[in-house]
Amino acid sequence: MSMLMERKMTVENDKHVKKSSNSHRIVYDTKDLNLWYSNTHALKDINLAINEKEVTAIIGPSGCGKSTYIKTLNRMVELVPGVRTTGSITYKNKNILDKSFKVEDLRTQVGMVFQKANPFPKSIYENIAYGPKIHGIRNKKVLDEIVETSLRGAYIWDEVKDRLNENAYGLSGGQQQRLCIARCLAIQPDVILMDEPTSALDPKSTLKIEELAQELKKDYSIIIVTHNMQQAARISDKTAFFLNGEVIEFDDTNTIFTNPADNRTEDYISGRFG
Amino acid sequence: MEKLDTLKLTSRMNARVRKNAIWKSIFFLSTLFGLIVLAVLIIRVLTQGAGWIDINFLTGRLSTDAERAGIMGALLGTVWVMLVVIPVTLIIGVGTAVYLELYAKRGKFQSFIETNISNLAGVPSIVYGLLGLTVFSRLMDLGNAVLAGGLTLSLLVLPILIVSAQEALRAVPGHLAEASYAMGATKWQTIRRVILPAALASILTGSILSLSRAIGETAPLTVLGIPAFLLPFPEGIFDTFTALPMQIYYWTLDSSLVAEYANLAAATIVVLLVLLFVLNSIAIFIRNKFQQRY
Repeated sequence: MSMLMERKMTVENDKHVKKSSNSHRIVYDTKDLNLWYSNTHALKDINLAINEKEVTAIIGPSGCGKSTYIKTLNRMVELVPGVRTTGSITYKNKNILDKSFKVEDLRTQVGMVFQKANPFPKSIYENIAYGPKIHGIRNKKVLDEIVETSLRGAYIWDEVKDRLNENAYGLSGGQQQRLCIARCLAIQPDVILMDEPTSALDPKSTLKIEELAQELKKDYSIIIVTHNMQQAARISDKTAFFLNGEVIEFDDTNTIFTNPADNRTEDYISGRFG
Repeated sequence: MEKLDTLKLTSRMNARVRKNAIWKSIFFLSTLFGLIVLAVLIIRVLTQGAGWIDINFLTGRLSTDAERAGIMGALLGTVWVMLVVIPVTLIIGVGTAVYLELYAKRGKFQSFIETNISNLAGVPSIVYGLLGLTVFSRLMDLGNAVLAGGLTLSLLVLPILIVSAQEALRAVPGHLAEASYAMGATKWQTIRRVILPAALASILTGSILSLSRAIGETAPLTVLGIPAFLLPFPEGIFDTFTALPMQIYYWTLDSSLVAEYANLAAATIVVLLVLLFVLNSIAIFIRNKFQQRY
């Protein structure tokens, strides 16, 4: 891409990307991020400053790069062969894209919940204890405590406390997803990434996850990718609108949904495309 | 749109149903062919050999006298060989499969190796016998000891085991590994705690089935010069040995000299079949016990 176009895009981004309010600190500062899958330019000059202890929603039509972006935040995107990135993502004063940054370290601080609930074919207890165990916690008492705290944190404790040793696959889809959130809490992360966590769930389970996200933002920074605009409007503080690998607009959720600055944002949220 | 002619439809219907019945019987007959041959074999072997199986036959020493001959030596030889084959193939086979499936970068080198392993699975067993003769018997100077036979048979079944273990690993859904990586697990932790447990049942089933193949092999052993007539029992992996299939081979070969040898061969086949049956039952048991739903 030519220098001129790059310059133009940055200007365009700056216009819509307002600086966050002072009450919040920035958890992820993305600067000029570009990402290629082999020859496909999937993310183009992304500049985003995501606040701590807020829910940030990422919306956009299929293939806009929203999932790719969230997977870059914990470098899960590297599991795809042939991925290249340029630019930087600053997390706790360090560039996580730097090869010297250990992915294991990053992923211990940044948990992830996937589109499809993916519990291990193990007991409910073992699912939650998995994270602490791989990080070296062996003490049974400590593990018991973490399991209970995590399950309570994901508001699923009462439903499973009598069946901790049963296989997680016996739970309903919604329960499995909350179990995965609990599993994520067990590694005591600072950030929770959610990649369309409710797209495979019924409305009732979806509501539970949304309430949970609201509750969790007191202690965690939450970044959620969703194709459900109502969901973004309901639960997020800030919303970023992605289109064709670019950030078109990033602002307070209220502003995005009531008074978007860009026509394309307005077209998308009013259902004219996507 | 043209309406379906009900009359025409009915007349065609009968032909279609008949055709279906014909094909069904063809497929059934193909299944029957194998079953009948197997039944004939089992019945013949049982009627000929079952009467010869007694305590003396199972625990006795080999003898030229058909009445006194026992197969304890061959039985022990087969067990000793298995004690070599099982650890060698499991460690090398699963290790190779894990490397190729989970560590190696997708590329020309990896697909070159995989193609070769698949081809090796089809190489005739006598060729492995020659390989074993050159490398283990001569080069490593193991002669016709248990170790030479065991390593040769390991080579023979390794490709089969590697391919089946690779398939087992590939069948583990990617989202399980993703969940593990996303919590900060290293690749080895993910393999040990998530991927291997999920693939364990199929890997074990595959290995036991390939071990059954090793137990029944005769050709590589004859190339190695494994004796068919041997009095001393093997007591370790450096002892000379003989094995059940060698015993069958020898008795069948000499049945023109002593007619009873044919019955002894049949009896040994029964013992070998029972052994294989037990091994396969273990495989099924393991599969049912360790299989994880995912």
